[in-house]
Amino acid sequence: MTYNASDFKKGQPRWCPGCGDHFFLASLHKAMAEIGVDPWNTAVISGIGCSSRLPHYMATYGMNTIHGRAAAIATGAKVANPNLTVWQVSGDGDGLAIGGNHFIHANRRNINLNMILLNNRIYGLTKGQYSPTSPRGFVSKSSPYGTVEDPFRPAELCFGARGHFFARAVATDAPGTVEVLKAAYNHKGAAVCEILQNCVIFNNGTHDAVYSKEGRAKNAIYLKHGEKMLFGENNEYGIVQEGFGVKAVKLGEDGYTEADVLVHDAKCEDNTLQLKLAEMEWPVALGVIRDVDAPTYDDCVTAQIEEVKAAKKYHNFAELLETNDIWEVK
Amino acid sequence: MAEKLEVKELAEVAVRFSGDSGDGMQLAGNIFSTVSATVGNSISTFPDYPADIRAPQGSLTGVSGFQVHIGADMVYTPGDKCDVLVAMNAAALKTQYKYAKPGAAIIIDTDSFGAADLKKANFATEDYLGELGIDPDRVIACPITQMVKDCLADSGMDVKAILKCRNMFALGLVCWLFDRDLDIAYNFLREKFAKKAGVAEANIKVIQAGYDYGHNTHSSVANVYRIETKNKIPGRYMDITGNKATAYGFIAAAEKAGLKLYLGSYPITPATDVLHELSKHKSLGVTTVQCEDEIAGCASSLGASFAGALAVTSTSGPGICLKSEAMNLAVIMELPLVVLDVQRGGPATGLPTKSEQTDLLQALFGRNGESPMPVIAATSPTDCFEAAYAASKMALEHMTPVILMTDAYVANGSGAFKLPNLADYPAINPPYVPEELKGTWTPYMRGENGSRYWAVPGRQGFEHILGGLEKDNKTGAISTDPENHDLMTRLRQDKINKIPVPDLEVEGDKDDADLLIVGFGGTYGHLHAAMDEMRAAGKKVALAQFKFINPLPANTSEVLKKYKKVVVAEQNMGQLAGWLRMKVDGFVPYQFNQVKGQPFKVAELVEYFNNL
Repeated sequence: MTYNASDFKKGQPRWCPGCGDHFFLASLHKAMAEIGVDPWNTAVISGIGCSSRLPHYMATYGMNTIHGRAAAIATGAKVANPNLTVWQVSGDGDGLAIGGNHFIHANRRNINLNMILLNNRIYGLTKGQYSPTSPRGFVSKSSPYGTVEDPFRPAELCFGARGHFFARAVATDAPGTVEVLKAAYNHKGAAVCEILQNCVIFNNGTHDAVYSKEGRAKNAIYLKHGEKMLFGENNEYGIVQEGFGVKAVKLGEDGYTEADVLVHDAKCEDNTLQLKLAEMEWPVALGVIRDVDAPTYDDCVTAQIEEVKAAKKYHNFAELLETNDIWEVK
Repeated sequence: MAEKLEVKELAEVAVRFSGDSGDGMQLAGNIFSTVSATVGNSISTFPDYPADIRAPQGSLTGVSGFQVHIGADMVYTPGDKCDVLVAMNAAALKTQYKYAKPGAAIIIDTDSFGAADLKKANFATEDYLGELGIDPDRVIACPITQMVKDCLADSGMDVKAILKCRNMFALGLVCWLFDRDLDIAYNFLREKFAKKAGVAEANIKVIQAGYDYGHNTHSSVANVYRIETKNKIPGRYMDITGNKATAYGFIAAAEKAGLKLYLGSYPITPATDVLHELSKHKSLGVTTVQCEDEIAGCASSLGASFAGALAVTSTSGPGICLKSEAMNLAVIMELPLVVLDVQRGGPATGLPTKSEQTDLLQALFGRNGESPMPVIAATSPTDCFEAAYAASKMALEHMTPVILMTDAYVANGSGAFKLPNLADYPAINPPYVPEELKGTWTPYMRGENGSRYWAVPGRQGFEHILGGLEKDNKTGAISTDPENHDLMTRLRQDKINKIPVPDLEVEGDKDDADLLIVGFGGTYGHLHAAMDEMRAAGKKVALAQFKFINPLPANTSEVLKKYKKVVVAEQNMGQLAGWLRMKVDGFVPYQFNQVKGQPFKVAELVEYFNNL
């Protein structure tokens, strides 16, 4: 069956005009249409927060749950019903603060979930407190003198939890977002997509460097597996290795040529260079940064059940009873 | 010693095995109860194990006990005190002697009563019997350790492995004392150690040695106890603990409903055995997920429920605290979910291995907002099966989370379980949304019993969203309309109020009792035994034990108001009494409240009730 984006659309979003969530939602509709999984075999599960309103605007099955628990609830849905395609949607507070534990364990277990992390580095719904991705020193209503704590870097957290997929897109970049979402769907296992998203009210401009097309041309690099990591308006820059890290260089300067530029390997089991790429401040890495195959939890659960079914002689309750020491009273 | 042991024909007898927590007392007790049940005695068991992870060997805090009560007729409790006490070391004798009846036979391993052992057990002198006031004539003192070493000298086993068999020598002695058929014990061991034939045979050799020791040394007073068998209900039986019965109840309900069984859980004493048991049965398609925390245990179960499974989460009181937010979400989403609370001593970490009934009000009210949830409390180890089945059926048919309460006593205790035939159990029919409603259906449309329909993902045309925000009762869209919220609150409450539950049963002198004893859940056995004792003494007494607590049985008020005196006895500070007073106008009962982390003592109950 072929679908249009409108087949996945429902209702009128209530986010603030200009909110990054609007852009992301449109890309999700489009990606789902291109992926082609039936709306009735799709579940979108969110927690609480501005972005967690998203399932209300989906013509699929959906749950808008409680703060922080989306990944845990999605885990149960996927394991109980592996035929469902499950999208888990959280903001930076929902996913990494109150729900941080579930985020890391869903990655560690490698549940086949598409995990969307809408990162605007702020609490919007509660009207402007710093989040676990706000930079040190960030001034907000709950940190009038600046925060005195370091933020999480989502990729680092994902990799630390042994995540096998991490991608990044900018909410306003529809083609880039759709591509990343499709890659997440095609990856079997927990697939984290960090969506850089602006909060026009409480954290306007947080992703300014890459929020416009022009900005991305200057300040972002689109990573593609197997391709040289070139960027800039005329591909005049490249990523090269330096010591244990990477750095951006201008080709032709300091003796660097295109031959020195690294080829992106999203499939590399060792995540060292992928982490370096994800953590670059300039340029900001977009696209699929890591995409490594690994057994998924839900597949393994199903396989183990089949294995034990074949090995054991009891397959229903009556037969289970007979496996005990039984005596008869006459 | 023990020259004066005589043959006793008893209707019932309680045996307590005690020793260091590494001495295998639970296994010895289990085998003895299985052997006794197999010959037709009724049984009730109670393991009493220490909370310490591993207390120092021979110390007072490291003592582990297992009490088995066997009877010719029905036994309802593991017995207040025991007729035979096995004490494998000095610390066990010191701490467990208080559980022995006056004149009880006491079996000790004299090799574990050396100077160092006595010191660790805080004995002041070498005359440990004298210090405790034990009549040496009641003591069967044998050098168990040495005899086990001799017995297995040629086995090729190392000393550590050999010493692990000491419990079997004690078991052999007890089997001799009760003239038990050792073949049943042998079969049990051969099955348990199916993959370690050497271990099974070593254990068997030691049991036989213990039995022979009894026979040879005390042949002049052989067969000191005989328990006849009067079990009147023919059928096939197995020994089952409450936790295992609970797990079986969930399995049975899932099969009856034709659903996958999903358990999301996090290990917690004393509920973990339910996770263990269900994890074994993948051949029945049971899916268990050991989650990252209690929250995820409940949350993932709710996700599984949404996706169409019979979803269960298991825990104890501290876990309920953490699960309550997701339980509340299940209330407003109106999804089926069974939450098992195996109660232990609280508050906080409290007494993890001990038993209380202190979570009742938490179960009823421990969530924000108006959050009605059915509550069912199992009354015995075997009743856990029925209660788990009933809770699952209720959750699935009424689209609601249900709290199933057991407690450490019921969960770890065991009884003879008559094998159920699933065909005899009522059908489970969840309100799946009828296909003909496609196009007009909305998520909060309600069927006859007031519950909304279940549209499981995968069905075309029923895509919908559920959530924790209040919904419009017609469209299912988010709504903050005041009238709608008031209506939805009432609809959720009415749905629970309308759930049919069986009438409250009154046992004993139901027509003319002077005293009605009221309890709930796991105290049933003790309250029943107290009633029996009082009636045997000529008193007019009745018992009403609540199993269905929310909603209450329809005849609750009628029963409570029928008797002159009513006493509510519970292992908390009066939570059931308070709930009943809230629900029954003018009900002012006497109360018996005890929060010791231990089962009631029948003698204490009787004394209290007699003085009312």
